[in-house]
Amino acid sequence: MSVSLSAHLPAIQVVLPLISAPLCVLFRRNGASWLIALIVSWLSLGISILLLEQVIANGPISYLLGSWAAPWGIEYKVDMLSAFVMLIVTSVGSISMIFAPNSVNSEIPGDRIYLFYTMYLLTFAGLLGITITGDAFNLFVFLEISSLSSYVLISLGAERNALTAAFRYLILGTVGATFYIIGVGLMYQMTGTLNMTDLAMRLPAVAETRTILVALGFVTVGIGLKLGLFPVHVWLPNAYAYAPSVVTAFLAATATKVAVYTLLRIYFTVFGTKIFAALPIDEFLLILSLIAIVSMSAVAIFQNNVKRLLAYSSVAQVGYMIIGISMVSVTGLTATILHLFNHAMIKGALFLVLAAVFFRIKSVKIEHMAGLGKVMPYSMAAFVLAGFSLIGVPLTVGFVSKWYLILGALEKGWWPVAGLVLISSLLAVIYFWKVIEAIYFKTRPQDAAIIHEVPITMLVPMWLLVGANIYFGINTELSVGAASAAAKMLIGGAP
Amino acid sequence: MSAENYILWAIAVPLIGSIGILLAGKAPNIRETITLITAVVMFTMVGALIHTVVGGGRPSVTLLEIFPGLDITFTVEPLGMLFGLVASGLWIVNSIYSIGYMRGNNEKNQTRFYFFFAIALASAVGVAFAGNMLTLFICYEVLTLCTFPLVTHSGKPEAMKSGRTYLGILLSTSIGLQLLAIIWTWHATGTLDFKAGGILDGKVSGIAVSILLFLYMYGIGKAALMPIHRWLPAAMVAPTPVSALLHAVAVVKAGVFTVVKVIVYIFGYEFLANSLTTNWLVYVAGFTILAASIVALRQDNLKRRLAYSTISQLSYVIMAAAILAPLSVMGAVLHIAAHAVGKITLFFAAGSIYTAAHKTEVSQLNGIGRKMPWTMGAFAIASFSMIGVPPTAGFLSKWYILMGALEVEHYFAIGVIIISTLLNAGYFMPIIYNAFFKEADDKNYPHADHGEAPLPVVIALTATAIGTVLLFFFSGLPLELAHQVVGK
Repeated sequence: MSVSLSAHLPAIQVVLPLISAPLCVLFRRNGASWLIALIVSWLSLGISILLLEQVIANGPISYLLGSWAAPWGIEYKVDMLSAFVMLIVTSVGSISMIFAPNSVNSEIPGDRIYLFYTMYLLTFAGLLGITITGDAFNLFVFLEISSLSSYVLISLGAERNALTAAFRYLILGTVGATFYIIGVGLMYQMTGTLNMTDLAMRLPAVAETRTILVALGFVTVGIGLKLGLFPVHVWLPNAYAYAPSVVTAFLAATATKVAVYTLLRIYFTVFGTKIFAALPIDEFLLILSLIAIVSMSAVAIFQNNVKRLLAYSSVAQVGYMIIGISMVSVTGLTATILHLFNHAMIKGALFLVLAAVFFRIKSVKIEHMAGLGKVMPYSMAAFVLAGFSLIGVPLTVGFVSKWYLILGALEKGWWPVAGLVLISSLLAVIYFWKVIEAIYFKTRPQDAAIIHEVPITMLVPMWLLVGANIYFGINTELSVGAASAAAKMLIGGAP
Repeated sequence: MSAENYILWAIAVPLIGSIGILLAGKAPNIRETITLITAVVMFTMVGALIHTVVGGGRPSVTLLEIFPGLDITFTVEPLGMLFGLVASGLWIVNSIYSIGYMRGNNEKNQTRFYFFFAIALASAVGVAFAGNMLTLFICYEVLTLCTFPLVTHSGKPEAMKSGRTYLGILLSTSIGLQLLAIIWTWHATGTLDFKAGGILDGKVSGIAVSILLFLYMYGIGKAALMPIHRWLPAAMVAPTPVSALLHAVAVVKAGVFTVVKVIVYIFGYEFLANSLTTNWLVYVAGFTILAASIVALRQDNLKRRLAYSTISQLSYVIMAAAILAPLSVMGAVLHIAAHAVGKITLFFAAGSIYTAAHKTEVSQLNGIGRKMPWTMGAFAIASFSMIGVPPTAGFLSKWYILMGALEVEHYFAIGVIIISTLLNAGYFMPIIYNAFFKEADDKNYPHADHGEAPLPVVIALTATAIGTVLLFFFSGLPLELAHQVVGK
């Protein structure tokens, strides 16, 4: 029994959250829905760990859905990269679900809460599906599942602006998904296959054709829209700012990461590094992301709403990941994959703190956060430590990412890139310090309501992520090990 | 216990102590007792290493591997030994002083103050004992961050503004330049270990050496080379014990210590001497010495005058190391210790005057020597050390720096030392003269009726003043350590 069950883990990983989502609708009980979401998230985390162990022990896992042989049937493929990204998604999901009830109950009307958990489970399933599938079209299906449900999640935000933010995201997200599927369609036209491994074998023969280069362009722009690539990131700041707090934390830590994963998958597994010789898309990405890391960090400095401030910071941070991709080197990709994990820990922690702040004072504007250091000491200490990680102070994960990114730039002899990365992290000091000064140096207004620290069920998940920021900043064995193994696999060309 | 254990405990004790300080926050007497005990135990742990290090041992302990092939390692060598001894030894005296000062001035948030102080000391000794550049960088950054709450202790708008300057300059130089230099070094050599003779020889050449040296020298903002010195006067907004131990000893010495360490163990001074494009450092340091002294002359605020004097004295160390003669490198090492004892005394005196008389300006100090003979006596002795008058520690280090400069016939450096000695005398002697020989002119001053500062303050400043003289007569240990740094 156990043998057969462990052989089906890849399918269970997606099916479990997918079938649990309708269960929440059937129960129509808020508490029960939360419990289902919580249990499913933690089970998925367990499965991710098991899968990662299997991959480390025995190499990539190929799972044929319904036992239909690839490339005709849908193949699920778990390798180092996808196992690592699933670990990111499920760990952030599990931690946010512990945090969720208080925050969700205070921000979302009571009659919609079970729908929130339904949509969360669908997003969760979609993200895991994107990560695990080995089929380019199936990836589109999961992309749509996760996108449609995340539009709903964002629109659940308390302010009316959440609706326009969600609508804007819906328009641009749909354009992105359509571009992606056009690209996949063109590839199918030239190769007659949708299986990624199969595509990788057939594409080199037609790689120089205009159709394939156009396909690459479509896919890049399509996924670029989803991952918040500058300058098609415009949906992101509002979506993050107006979504319910827990949603922001979950999406910021997972959705853009999975989109970056997709880009890595398409570029390095499907197309292979040779495609950059035919179409210098790496240079194109490099220039865009250099503009992103400097300009978006600069824009973040002038934000008044801390959620939006961190949203701009996210666009800049995604820029770091894309710079790593544009290096097309093992060190560069290691930096990218590492930062997927590290940035998830950083932003997850920061947005959970903001959720806690919103839970107490119903605002995340800088001026309203004045003096919170005294009344919410543990939350604010978490904010400071996670912020250090964002800046890249040594002994935090942010430092580890930056180390590899700069090392990658120096290996290439890209001095200006190294310089711009450092300048961007100095800008991060400025925007982060603005918040710190408000929290610790300003005093709370006399007429402000008396508030207390948030309950322990919110502090524990927050500090779990902060702890991860520090633990994985000191003991880098797991993260660097997995990231460099995945990078070597991608650059080696082996699918 | 083995030497390796002493290293770990020297860093762990202040960290454990800091937790104790937090727990005892409600009971000031217990809290201060914990601080004192922590300081004494820490000094004992550091001191226990002397025997091994002087005997030629280089005890080393590796904690963990951060990146493949790159560890957090602590290794004690002579230079770090000396810096560790100075920082931890003066912490004991400074803790006694702090008790008098913080209570005498009714400062708020004293628990936070002692807590971050203990962490600052742990990171300073971490810098001293760092076995490779990455470990040093980590401790260096922690030192910056944990001293920020000390600089902005009062929480007033001006403290906040100074805090921004402090953090802004120190973080932007270390992240923007030093980190780049470190990763470059790692990329070029595949190691960041401190090795006698350096690690860069044969790995970089030509103009790149000069650029790398620039990145290091201006990346080490704590050494306050002009024009990145402004954070140091800004930091004077902190309570005086912070200025005394951190911004005259631990933090700034961590800066010049790192400079010497980089020149001796990363570049190797023979390698630098053979590179033609790196002699600019002597001139920049020489300029800083003179310019900072001239600015000091014009400061009326006592602490700011001392701060500019510190900037000038720090560049003595940088210039001495940059002359690249073995004797001057020894002088640089000695000056780290000599300036530390002298300058902490001067700050103690400044704080003592503030506590007893509530005076902060040089122009208010006429005749104060008669009311505060101990304070001003100590001030005078420490001033002599700054100028380099025997029998004080400052004479010793200046002597070696001059000998080194003469040996390689570096006339610019010799000229700078002579002129700056005159300038030092120019901004210290009038204070002493006015304090003892002029009549007090503050009859209408509300605090005119004052005596000496609280006893702990007087004890502390007397102790360091005596130390300044003792270091001249009993210079065996520092000399031996300095000898070992240059390999005789």
